[in-house]
Parts: sequence; structure tokens; C-alpha cells
Amino acid sequence: MEIQSCVTILNEWDIVAARQLGRNVAKELGFGTVDQARITTAISELARNIYLYAGQGQLCIDRLNEQGKTGLRIIAVDEGPGIPDIRKVMEDGFSTSGGLGAGLPGVRRLMDDFDIDSNPGEGTDIRATKWLR
Amino acid sequence: MRIPILKLNDCLLVSIQWELDDQTALQFQEDLLKKIHETNARGVVIDITSIDFIDSFIAKVLGDVINMSRLMGAKVVITGIQPAVAITLVELGIRLDDVMTALDLEKGLEKLQQELGD
Repeated sequence: MEIQSCVTILNEWDIVAARQLGRNVAKELGFGTVDQARITTAISELARNIYLYAGQGQLCIDRLNEQGKTGLRIIAVDEGPGIPDIRKVMEDGFSTSGGLGAGLPGVRRLMDDFDIDSNPGEGTDIRATKWLR
Repeated sequence: MRIPILKLNDCLLVSIQWELDDQTALQFQEDLLKKIHETNARGVVIDITSIDFIDSFIAKVLGDVINMSRLMGAKVVITGIQPAVAITLVELGIRLDDVMTALDLEKGLEKLQQELGD
């Protein structure tokens, strides 16, 4: 069973909207304050990546219910330039934007499951899930 | 909306009361430096008790404003970091090295007074 809500990311304000959506769904599903903060932070990083590197894209939140387990999945999809070397962006401290380079490896640590699919010239699809314990 | 900056003797007090968007964070950076310049403040306490998450962008803005303030001769103490914020910052891989922190506003002001030697 999945119920999905999405925010189109075009500007900085959409990053705020995506965070608020994620926080509300996390609360609704019964996540505690620490997991709410992890989820909100992960969404903020992924939405900002779309805004900075792809210009536009979609940030969706899935409510998961699989085999009696409840979860929240963040799906960040864009049709931007893609990532040429995924291994490199998953290294701590790597950044092309002058940021802190905490982005993707940080998101992977904050969430339970993390998948990335990206092809140069076609875009990037990132899925990150947190399960309710 | 701008974040209010209050003057208390030779210190400035800031309480961030709502979720920061990018523009508000950058505006705050500029406003704080101008206020330090205008008031000759030697210390600043930034209280973030109401903030329930910090992402890498906000962390960078905060870290930068602390370094900029130091260049202008003012010491900054961050107070009120929530447990959830401390946990996510470390998991995210963000280190705020050399940043003075205290549990709450009161302890932050005490720390600042000690640092300033009066």
C-alpha cells in the first residue's frame, strides 16, 4: 500500500515546502522527534541538490506499509545533468558547489535504505527510506 | 521576515524562533555583521532552542557568520541545540569545530562573560 504526495522543486521556497510535507507525514506516521529531524534534514539536502544541480525536479513522499512495517520513502527525481561518478559523490567531503560536501553520504547515514540511479544527460533518481521501529 | 537582534550591554542577543529559509538565513548573516559594526559588540549569543533541524546549508551559514563575527572582534556562542539537532548534525557529517556552545541562553551569557573577561 502506498500513498504518495509530491512537491515540484523550482526554487528555494519549494525546498521549505518539501521539508514541511515530509515533517507532517513523518509526524502522522508516528516517527519520534529525532527521526522527524533526520527525515526533514534528508529531504532538505535532496531538494537542495535538485534546485542547485538540476534546476528543477520532483520530491515525493511515500507512506509505506509492507509486511506490517510502516515506513516513509523520499523519492527525489530530476532530469538534470546526472552524476558522472556516483562513487565520488558518495565520498564524505566531496562537493562541486562550495558547500560542506555533507549531502549524499550524510543522507545515507540519516536514513535506513538508500538507492541512487543516475545517468549523465538523463537525470538522477534517489530513493531513501526510514522505517518506523 | 527578519530575525530581531537585541543589544544587551556590550553583547548582542539573537533568538531564532522559526524555521529558516535560505533568504532569511543570508539576510541574518548581513544584519548581524552590520549590528556588530554599529554597536561595537564584543559578544553574540545565538539561541536556536526553537530550531528542530539544521541542514548543511543552514550549518554553513551559521559557521560562516561565526567566523565573520570573529574577524570583526566579536565572540559567538550558540545555545539551545536540541538533542535531535545534535544527532542529525553529527550523522550528516557536519562538524562545527571551534564553535562555542552552551545548553541554554543563561549559560551562554555566562560563558560569554567569562570569555570576555568581565
